[in-house]
Amino acid sequence: MKFAVVNFPGSNCDMDLYYAIKDGIKEEAELVDYRQTSLEGFDGVLIPGGFSYGDYLRSGAIAVHAPIISEIVRFANEGRFVLGICNGFQILTELHLLPGALIQNEKSRFICETVTLQVMNDQTMFTNQYTKNEKIRIPVAHGEGRYYCDEQTLTELKANDQIVFRYNENVNGSVDQIAGVMNRQGNVLGMMPHPERALEDIVGSSDGLKLFQSIINQVRVNN
Amino acid sequence: MKLVKVYVTLKPSVLDAQGEAIKSAIQTMDYDKVSAVHMGKYFELNFEDYPDLEKDIDAICDNLLTNPNIETYRYEILEAE
Repeated sequence: MKFAVVNFPGSNCDMDLYYAIKDGIKEEAELVDYRQTSLEGFDGVLIPGGFSYGDYLRSGAIAVHAPIISEIVRFANEGRFVLGICNGFQILTELHLLPGALIQNEKSRFICETVTLQVMNDQTMFTNQYTKNEKIRIPVAHGEGRYYCDEQTLTELKANDQIVFRYNENVNGSVDQIAGVMNRQGNVLGMMPHPERALEDIVGSSDGLKLFQSIINQVRVNN
Repeated sequence: MKLVKVYVTLKPSVLDAQGEAIKSAIQTMDYDKVSAVHMGKYFELNFEDYPDLEKDIDAICDNLLTNPNIETYRYEILEAE
């Protein structure tokens, strides 16, 4: 299996994700420059954290107009997996591949700590190795991670089981304590916490590993 | 030439964390009559004048300058000097 890790100017978690795939789950990964126009040969795409384009205008807003984006949209529409972490999540909401938006934390402070998440849905291609309501420890590092959506959108997210992770304690003021959501089809996931930083106990937690194992498991089942 | 001034603000339903922080700073300066502060963004765009100008400004605002999930905008079109 081959994962694309898209590298925008200002991405800074691209190597973490690259090694999460190479060493964490022993699969193929390749960095893909934002100026590329093809993701041919890849099974899915990972959009890393960081500060693409220096967070100019709004987090993720400029990245949406990069050449590689039309390929990411194609992958999403074809049902291949697309995972956006932190800035990657912000990019996916700006692209409208995921509902809602990420805005400045309720207390306008950059949060950098390991938090407890609850797995709300274990029937997804990103969480099938977890169990429902399982509590996992994953780091967050963001200033603009407060998930916002209107009430109608929230009702739809709940009705379609699209809320994948919730914060155990609402660290940033997110609507309904949402830490990660997926699209209706279930092949696009965005989350503010960093599972790629929680792959080994030596760094404090290995709870992120199952997320990547879930993708592998699902793709193998489908094939 | 036209000068287009675009003002972007958060929708009232979205908590303006920066506006709230600024308000509390103003209040610590003893200006206790300030009841609300909203922070937004301001853009100036220069255009040639053409018939579909407003349509294009709307598209630029909708697709780049704002995120319609959280923000609203208004603009004014002036003669550029």
